[in-house]
Amino acid sequence: MTNSSSSIIVECLQVATVVFLAPLFTGWVRLLKCRAQARTSAGLLQPYRDIYKLFFKEVALAENASWIFRFTPYMVFGATVMAGAIIPVISTRAPLSATADIIALVAIFALARFFSALAGMDAGTAFGGMGSSREMMVASLAEPAMLMSVFTISLVNRSTSLSQMTHVIVNSPIMLRPSLAFALLAFALIAIAETGRIPVDNPATHLELTMIHEAMCLEFSGRHLALIEWAKGIKLLLFASLGIALFAPWGMATGGTLQSLVISYVTLTAKLAVIGVAIVLIETRLAKMRIFRVPEFLGAAFLLATLGMLSYFMLE
Amino acid sequence: MPFFSPLPLAFSSIVIFLMMAGLALLLQNRQTFLVNMAFFLSTVSCGIGLYAGFEAVASGSMQTMIMPIGLPDLPFYIRVDALSGFFLSLASLTGLMVSIYSFDYVKGILSARKATKLVVFYCLFMAGMLLVLISDDAYFFMSSWELMALSSFFLVSFEDESAENRRAAFLYILIAHIGAVMILLSFGILAGFAAGFENFMGYRFSAMRSAEPGMLWASIAFFLAFFGFASKAGVVPLHVWLPEAHPAAPSNISALMSAVMLKIAIYGILRVCMDIIGVQVWWWGGVVLVIGLITAVMGILYALMQVDIKRVLAYSSVEHVGIITVGIGLSMIFTSFELRMLAALALTAALYHCLSHSVFKSLLFMAAGSVLHSTGERNMERLGGLIHKLPWTSALFLVGALSIAAMPLFGGFVSEWLTFQAFLLSPVLPNALLKILFPLGAALLALTAALSARCFVKVFAVTFLGQRRAVPTTETHEAGMSMRLAMSIAAISSLALGLFPSFVIDWIDTVPQSLVKGRIASSAGAFGWMWLTPISAERASYSAPIVFIGIFAAVAVAWLAFHGKKAATRRSATWDCGFEKMTPRMQYNSTSFAMPLRRIFGFLFVVSESVRTSHAQPGSAPRIRYSLRIEDRLWYVFYKPFSDAAYYLAKQANRLQHGRMQIYLLYSFITLITLLVFA
Amino acid sequence: MSHELAIEINSLLAALILLTSFGLLVQRRVYGLLHIFAWQGVFLSVSTAIVGYSAGLNHLYISAAMTLVIKVFALPYILYVLIHKLRIKKEVEDMVNIPTTMLIGIAVVIFSYHLTAPIRELSTLMTRSTLAVALSTVLLGLLMMITRKKAVTQIIGFLALENGLFFAATSATYGMPLVVELGVALDILIAAFIFGMFFFQIRTSFDSLDLKEMEKLKDLD
Repeated sequence: MTNSSSSIIVECLQVATVVFLAPLFTGWVRLLKCRAQARTSAGLLQPYRDIYKLFFKEVALAENASWIFRFTPYMVFGATVMAGAIIPVISTRAPLSATADIIALVAIFALARFFSALAGMDAGTAFGGMGSSREMMVASLAEPAMLMSVFTISLVNRSTSLSQMTHVIVNSPIMLRPSLAFALLAFALIAIAETGRIPVDNPATHLELTMIHEAMCLEFSGRHLALIEWAKGIKLLLFASLGIALFAPWGMATGGTLQSLVISYVTLTAKLAVIGVAIVLIETRLAKMRIFRVPEFLGAAFLLATLGMLSYFMLE
Repeated sequence: MPFFSPLPLAFSSIVIFLMMAGLALLLQNRQTFLVNMAFFLSTVSCGIGLYAGFEAVASGSMQTMIMPIGLPDLPFYIRVDALSGFFLSLASLTGLMVSIYSFDYVKGILSARKATKLVVFYCLFMAGMLLVLISDDAYFFMSSWELMALSSFFLVSFEDESAENRRAAFLYILIAHIGAVMILLSFGILAGFAAGFENFMGYRFSAMRSAEPGMLWASIAFFLAFFGFASKAGVVPLHVWLPEAHPAAPSNISALMSAVMLKIAIYGILRVCMDIIGVQVWWWGGVVLVIGLITAVMGILYALMQVDIKRVLAYSSVEHVGIITVGIGLSMIFTSFELRMLAALALTAALYHCLSHSVFKSLLFMAAGSVLHSTGERNMERLGGLIHKLPWTSALFLVGALSIAAMPLFGGFVSEWLTFQAFLLSPVLPNALLKILFPLGAALLALTAALSARCFVKVFAVTFLGQRRAVPTTETHEAGMSMRLAMSIAAISSLALGLFPSFVIDWIDTVPQSLVKGRIASSAGAFGWMWLTPISAERASYSAPIVFIGIFAAVAVAWLAFHGKKAATRRSATWDCGFEKMTPRMQYNSTSFAMPLRRIFGFLFVVSESVRTSHAQPGSAPRIRYSLRIEDRLWYVFYKPFSDAAYYLAKQANRLQHGRMQIYLLYSFITLITLLVFA
Repeated sequence: MSHELAIEINSLLAALILLTSFGLLVQRRVYGLLHIFAWQGVFLSVSTAIVGYSAGLNHLYISAAMTLVIKVFALPYILYVLIHKLRIKKEVEDMVNIPTTMLIGIAVVIFSYHLTAPIRELSTLMTRSTLAVALSTVLLGLLMMITRKKAVTQIIGFLALENGLFFAATSATYGMPLVVELGVALDILIAAFIFGMFFFQIRTSFDSLDLKEMEKLKDLD
């Protein structure tokens, strides 16, 4: 809730970073994945080209698609960008960070998902409905685990405000905390489920029976698809940044000085690069699960988060 | 006492309702005039009630009065304070919207049947609910309670030609009376300990407050009252009547029952359990909390399995009553540990949820009513694509759905967020075991919230999106003017509750202050009206206006930047994967949408699913019939044994019946002799 | 290594032991179970060594080494051979589904925490906070034996239970006397052999290692 011109500049910088670097992160993950699977990659900048190309393509709307379908891409994009303004990515003192704590942040993502699920059902095909139904199932089972993980972190930091949580971790001595380790593991599993990565969902598949998120977005085309894809990229980046902010925020700027911002960017890039490698390692090593194994996967996330909470009380 | 103060105004609002009920009988032959007049007066009266309630809460003062009528030597006492003022304004606000809605809705019924009965009992029902809120002694409370229960019984059985409705009404009145008996017993215990069991002077609430029944009797009174009111609120396992009765009533009545009557029961819990008895040990709150959690989770799971749009809404009322009960339970636990501020936070969350649930649930029931009105269909499996035919209703329903799914920016979110905050502050509790168990409760609540989002994606998408699944039997037309107006008021209120929580919390603040001696408004609004910081800014903050502006701005920028004329938009047939005979029946419907959850949580229900394949003629394609029955497991645990036992006993008693006069006289004779010997 | 750091590492190891107990409870594959069991042994052994270091008790080093040899290498190897010879390839069958088992497990941990709370108040040892974990490990091992159908998984459950007892001894009283520990270690080793022989016997009698078959014994006479 601080209002100074420098913090507003930082905020704008952060939103711009999140929005315009997200395709780069997606490109990085794809590039690594191609290398890991001994394929030739389309290059780091391919997501930009894809999005750019889609903006100039014709939009094909299903005959009975309503305004919900046309509004959804904008809504999803808008909500995701707002989330990008809330999560501390380059500075712990971004002024919009205080507008929502982590519970409200989760709800903002849920808002975007609510509209995507509606849009999936709007065209009136079987696939859209299938995607919506599955996506909502994954989301509804991820929620308790997410809350438990948040609870554990908030026990340690005595706050659910994102900037405050980040601030506490940056300013406290490094300790071995089993509770945070468990919460991190749980968070990683939830992030995989929420961003639709292997082993929960395969972002590259268009095979009917295995799609979750893609089935829901199957009917989008042209600029709508561009926005959806872009928002998806931003979401991936945001979950990575959220993980960084909650568990390893070291190096993040706490003020608005130029020097600290530069350091912040350098560390952020390094951390994101590492996360990209981790994603690729998981995605190449594991196979996609059957859809009804997902509840067990998320159950494991819940278990880990609960163990984190328990070990806070029992061991710390 | 000046006339323009809460109590006289509230009283006059009730008088208008009672007068109208009498007047309606005289106007039987002029139905249209009757409807216009009744709902006009009802709107005015609700307006008065709203003002009275608002004032009572805002001032936080208390007004009492002794009425000259009543039993000899036992006059009726009435009183309006912050707590009753809050529920008064909640009831009146919802009543206001429903009254406006009813103008066109009830006229739509007129072609089929007379509305006199509906109007009379509507007025009595409203009057009964408001009377419960202002009564200050056990007699008056119980009489008002019965007025409310009986009038709503007649409203449930309004469309009495269907056996299903009659059965629903019977079940409703049965459980309502079991509840009433429990409440009565609780009052009896309290009154007895207040002024002795020999006289009746303990019947006033003020006398009961001073009663000191001791631990055992206090616990008994507490739980009798809690379960008595819980049966009216639809708390699991006393919820079975609710999904039967609410859909059976006409939609405006369903809205009132779900949005207001359940809250009156919540008022009863707050009034008797927290105000009169007072929380003495933490495990009372613990029981309330656990029951609330079970209610919330079970309610939403049942809701997910339904295909009837009004039944979904009814079950989701069960869920929301659960969430409110969770808030109350938390508040009780915090109170018992003298953590006043946290108790106030949890109670504020519960009250806020009462208010927002009233608004969005009446909105949803009204919108469901207009779907029913225009399509004659309640079964979602036969609906679809209504967004093109009913643009208003669908947009307003969407607002309700977003609100009920606890999406940020809408009313439902703020209260759930506050409840989560109350949960997350549990580490300050002195009891180590509670500290560990609380987060698990919070996780259940999170599950509920997420399932609720899923449920309302389903309801909205299946009803309004895609294509119509069955051939329409009637002309589909948009709802009437007054219906749209009422739903718009509800939608705007819901949005306002979501966007300006600090004003509402500031207004409510007198209620927790009087009930749990704590307040949060000063800390919650410490950073101005834009910010909500329940405990402190370091702990958690939420700014609905800024989030709204942020999302709105981002959407607007994206729209302006990309919705240009750079590329054309073309309408084309829905992609059918190359399969050319796609029909609307191939869409996902309500049952298929809920299938994954049926598989995961199916063990909580009695699910019987069968697929039958038959060949109509040799060589033709097989006909496949799919049937699904989902039953309430709790019915078999809590109700079936009792109903079987009652049936058995009745059969045994039947043996006494012979039909011969002399035998009956003999029974009387034996009874008389027995009494003379032993008495 | 400072005292605080030792406590922190020990807590972390306790947390990992708890994690492995849950891992045993939910793992479906037999070889996966063996790996998790071996890891549990590793954590147990390191934890014991750390406690020995910071409490200055040399006999704990011997216990740690013994744990490492027997529980990390010997027992998993014996079981591995056994599984290999018996050609158990199927996934582990469980009686109660996994999410439910998990929830029961969580309840068990909370129960142990509640039960050991008074001891934690009284004790002055650096390991006092891990007592709840030790008790949960015992109970979770027992739970595993209850919820699994196959005999091989039962013996792993039994061994996990023993790990819990060992851990409890370390955290409550800095370990049992060396003689007792030696005896227990030997017992377990012998038990593993005997179990192995039993398995062959059970299989030759019933053609299956499913313990449900044992119910038939009742009808034999």
